[in-house]
Amino acid sequence: MTTRISDLKKMFGGGASTGRQFGMIFTLVGIILLFQVLTDGLTLDPINLIALVSQYSYILILAIGMLMVIILGNIDLSVGSVAAVAGIVVAKAMATFDLSWPLAIVLGLLLGAAIGAWQGFWVAYVGVPAFIVTLGGLLLFRGMNQFIGNAQTIPVPAEFRVIGSGYLPEIGPDTGYNNLTLLLGLLVAIALAFREVRMRRTQRAMGSDMAPTWVSAVKVTLLIAVVVYASMLFAGGRVGTSFPVSGIILLVLVVVYSFLTNNTIFGRHVYAVGGNALAARLSGVKNKHVHFLVMMNMSILASLAGMIFVARSAASGPQDGLNWELDAIAACFIGGAAVAGGVGTVTGAMVGGLVMAVLNNGLQLMGVGADKVQMIKGLVLLLAVAVDVYNKSQGRPSLTGMLTRRFQRVPEVEPTPVPAAETSRPTS
Amino acid sequence: MTWTPSGVLVSTEPTILEMRSITKEFPGVKALSDVNLTVKAGEIHAICGENGAGKSTLMKVLSGVYPYGTYAGDIVYQGEVCRFKDIAASEHAGIVIIHQELALIPTLSITENIFLGNEPARRGVIDWQEAKLRAVELLARVGLDENPDTLIKNIGVGKQQLVEIAKAMSKQVKLLILDEPTAALNQSDSRHLLDLIQGLKGRGITSIMISHKLDELEAIADSITILRDGRTIETLDVVGDGVDEDRIIRGMVGRSLESRFPEHTPNIGEVFFEVRDWTVQHPMVAERLVCKDSAFTVRRGEIVGFAGLMGAGRTELAMSLFGRSYGTYVSGQIIKDGVEIRVPDVASAIRHGMAYVSEDRKVLGLNLLDDIKRSTVSAKLTKISRGQVVDKAEEHAVAEQYRTSLRIKTPSVDEGVSKLSGGNQQKVVLAKWMFTDPDLLILDEPTRGIDVGAKFEIYGVIQQLANQGKGVVVISSELPELLGLCDRIYTIFEGSITNELAARDADPESLMRSMTSSTKKKTSR
Repeated sequence: MTTRISDLKKMFGGGASTGRQFGMIFTLVGIILLFQVLTDGLTLDPINLIALVSQYSYILILAIGMLMVIILGNIDLSVGSVAAVAGIVVAKAMATFDLSWPLAIVLGLLLGAAIGAWQGFWVAYVGVPAFIVTLGGLLLFRGMNQFIGNAQTIPVPAEFRVIGSGYLPEIGPDTGYNNLTLLLGLLVAIALAFREVRMRRTQRAMGSDMAPTWVSAVKVTLLIAVVVYASMLFAGGRVGTSFPVSGIILLVLVVVYSFLTNNTIFGRHVYAVGGNALAARLSGVKNKHVHFLVMMNMSILASLAGMIFVARSAASGPQDGLNWELDAIAACFIGGAAVAGGVGTVTGAMVGGLVMAVLNNGLQLMGVGADKVQMIKGLVLLLAVAVDVYNKSQGRPSLTGMLTRRFQRVPEVEPTPVPAAETSRPTS
Repeated sequence: MTWTPSGVLVSTEPTILEMRSITKEFPGVKALSDVNLTVKAGEIHAICGENGAGKSTLMKVLSGVYPYGTYAGDIVYQGEVCRFKDIAASEHAGIVIIHQELALIPTLSITENIFLGNEPARRGVIDWQEAKLRAVELLARVGLDENPDTLIKNIGVGKQQLVEIAKAMSKQVKLLILDEPTAALNQSDSRHLLDLIQGLKGRGITSIMISHKLDELEAIADSITILRDGRTIETLDVVGDGVDEDRIIRGMVGRSLESRFPEHTPNIGEVFFEVRDWTVQHPMVAERLVCKDSAFTVRRGEIVGFAGLMGAGRTELAMSLFGRSYGTYVSGQIIKDGVEIRVPDVASAIRHGMAYVSEDRKVLGLNLLDDIKRSTVSAKLTKISRGQVVDKAEEHAVAEQYRTSLRIKTPSVDEGVSKLSGGNQQKVVLAKWMFTDPDLLILDEPTRGIDVGAKFEIYGVIQQLANQGKGVVVISSELPELLGLCDRIYTIFEGSITNELAARDADPESLMRSMTSSTKKKTSR
C-alpha cells in the first residue's frame, strides 16, 4: 500500500499548505482524543462542547481577518481594543439612545469599517508599518473604550444577547434532540457531499491528477460521520441549549472567507501581494488598495467579535477584548501561516484556533491553573512553528511530510524531455 | 621542487599576482574555465569583457568570496600559493575588493564605516579617539574633505566611493580590486577617483579595475586582460601595444554569430507605438536623470533591440514606460495607434496592451510561492473570471494550453514555480504576459541565466509573437543575441538613446562604440 499515501493526502484538498493542514487536523483530533481520555469524557460532553464554541467563536472570527492580514506580511495588534470600542459604543447606543438592536449591529459594523479605514489609510497610503499603526490603535482604542464608557460596565438588552449567547430554538416534534441543530448538521453533510461531487467533476473536466473514487468516498463518509456525530452532540445538550448562534455566524464567515480567499480576484491579489509585492505591482495589482481593504476588513470583523462578546457577557466593560490579538495571531501561525507572508488558509487558521481552544479547555477541565495553561500554550505555539521552520530548512514540506516520507514512492511523473533546439522551430 | 622568489625571477617588473588556470563552476554553468591572469606589482590592470564574461566571478575567487576548494586552479600572490577561506583571509594578505554595490552602512558615520569589523580596540572597547585620528589621516590621503562624523547617507556616491578606498587603505591594502568603480559616478567624481587610483599607484598599491568605460581604461590602465565567455582571450600592454578602444572592443565581442537563432522572415508593418521626449528622474536623487529625452518607435511585427551596458538606463526606460513603475516621470508622451495614451499605473498599461517581462524573474516576475497555473493567469485574472470569481477550471485549461505550446517542462501545472528551472520559469513569465493579449511586449534580458536550448525556444516564441503582428522590444546585454534576433537596434548610454541601427547594418563593434560613448563625443572626435 505504499502508493496510497499521496492519495490519502488528497483527502484534505490541494494547495501549498496541504501538508501542514493535514498534520494540523491530525494534531487536533489527537488533542481532542487525548483530553477526552484525560478528562474522563468531559471534553466531548455536549455541555462542554457548546460552551467551547460559544467561548471561542469570536476569537476564531478574529483569526479569519488576521489570517488575511498575516498573508500580507502584516500584523494587527489592535483587534482587541477595536472590539472593545465597538462593544461599548453599541451598548451605549442601545442603553442611552434606545437604538434598536439590528440598527445597533449595523452601527457597530460601520464603526468597525471607519476604524479600519483609519488604520488602513496609515498602513496603505502613508506607509507606516502595520505593526506600528495597530500598536498605536491598541492604545488609542483601548483608551477610547474607557473614555466612552467612563471605564464602567454597560449592560445590553436581551434581544441583542442572542448573537452571543443564543441557541437554535426548539421547534418541531420532541425527538430528545434539538431539531434545528440536527437539520443544520444534515444540511452541512449534504453540502459536503455535493462539494466533493462537484470537485471531482471539475477535476475530470480539467484532466488533472485525481484521487481514486474510494478515497473520495472514504473522505466524504468520514466527514459526514464527524458532522452527524457533532450535530448529535450539539443537539443533545441541556434542553434549551443547542448549537450557538455565534457558532453559526462563524460557520457562515468561514465559508464566505474561504471562498473569498480561494476563488475571487481579490483573494488572489492578497496572496500575490503577500508572496511578492514587487511582482504583484508589475502584474497590475493595486497593492495599496489591497492593504487598505484587508486592514478595513480586519477591523469590521473585530467589531463583530466585540459585539458577540458583549452579547455573550450581557454587558460591555473596560477590559473586553484584552489580549485577543495574541490568540488570533497564534491561531494563524499554528494553522500554517508564514510570518513573511504569502502563505496561509482560512481553514488552517480555524484548525489552529481550535487546537488552542481545545488545549485551553481541556487543561481547564483537568483543573490546571491559568498560569500553567498560559505556559503550555506559549510552548505549543513555539513548538508548532519551530517544527515548521525546521522542516522547511531541511527542504521538507511539513511535519506530515516528515512522517510519511518513508512510505512515499519516488515521484512517478517525469516529463518527457523534448529536444529543445529541434522542435520549436517556427514553421514560417 | 621548491620554488622560491629569487632576485632573478623578479628582476625588473615583479609579478604580484598570478592566477593560474582558474575554473569555477556553478550548477549547470561553467562561469570560468582555465582563466589566467598575471598582474605586475605597482600597475593598474584592467579587466574587460561583456556582461557575464566572468569578470566579477574571477574577482570573487581572488578575494575569497568563493573560498579555496570551490574552484580549481592556483592563486599565487607575492610568490606564495594562497588558499583563502574567506574575505578576512584575503584582506589579511592585503587584497581588498570594493564591490560595485558599495558595502557601506548608510546610518553609520564615516569613521564607523572605515573601521567596521576592524575597530581599533582594547579588550573589546573601541578607542574612538584613535579611530577618529586615523580616519582624518586616511581621508586626507584619499583627498576627501569631510567631517569623519558625517553619516554616509549624507554624502554623495562619489564621496562614498572614496570612503570605501579609505577603508581599504586602513587595512594595509597592497592589491586593490575595484569592480566598476565609476559606474554610478558623474564625470567630475569619476575624474577624481581615477586620479586617486593613479596616485595610489605612486604609493606602490597595485589596482585591478573592472570597467565598462573604455575611454577611462585607455587613459589610466597599464595592461588590460580581456575575458569572454569565462575564458581569457588576451592580455594587452596598453602603452607597448598601442591599444585603443576599437582594439578592446574587438577582443570583447570577437566571437562569430553562430546559428543560434531559429529561421525567421520578418513581416514588418507600420509604426504603431511611439515614445517621445521621455524623461525620467531617479527615484531618490532628483537631479539625476535616468532617461533623457528618449524617443523611439516600434512597428507591427518588428523586433526592436535595446543595447546598453549595465546601468545605462535600459531597464529604467522600460519600467518607467510600463505604468511608471520606476523613477519620477518628468515629461514625454506615449503614442499608440496614432493616439496618445496615458499609463499612470501598471493596470492601465496592461489595459492598453503593454506587457513587461522583467529582468529579474525571481524578484519582479514571479511569486515563487505560487503554482504554475496561478502564475500564468496572474496578470489578467478578469479574463478567466465571472464577475469577481475566478473560474478554476478555465484557469487550469489556460495554463495547460501554455504548458503545451511553450513546452514548459513540468509534470503538472499544479506544480510550484519555484521547482522549475530558470528556462521554464521564464516560459511561465512569458505565458503570463502572452495571456494578457499585449500589442507591445517589452522583454528585459529574456534569456539571462538560462541554457542554450531554452534560449533557442524563447527566441522562437519571440519571433512567433512578432509574426502575430505584435511589436516586441528586447533589452539585452548580449550583443550577438540582439544582432541575431532583432530587426532594428537602439543603443543607450547614460540614459540617452545614442544611436539607431538596422540590425543587418550593425556589428558588435559599432554597437559597442555607441554603447560606451554619447553621439556628441563621437562626432567631436
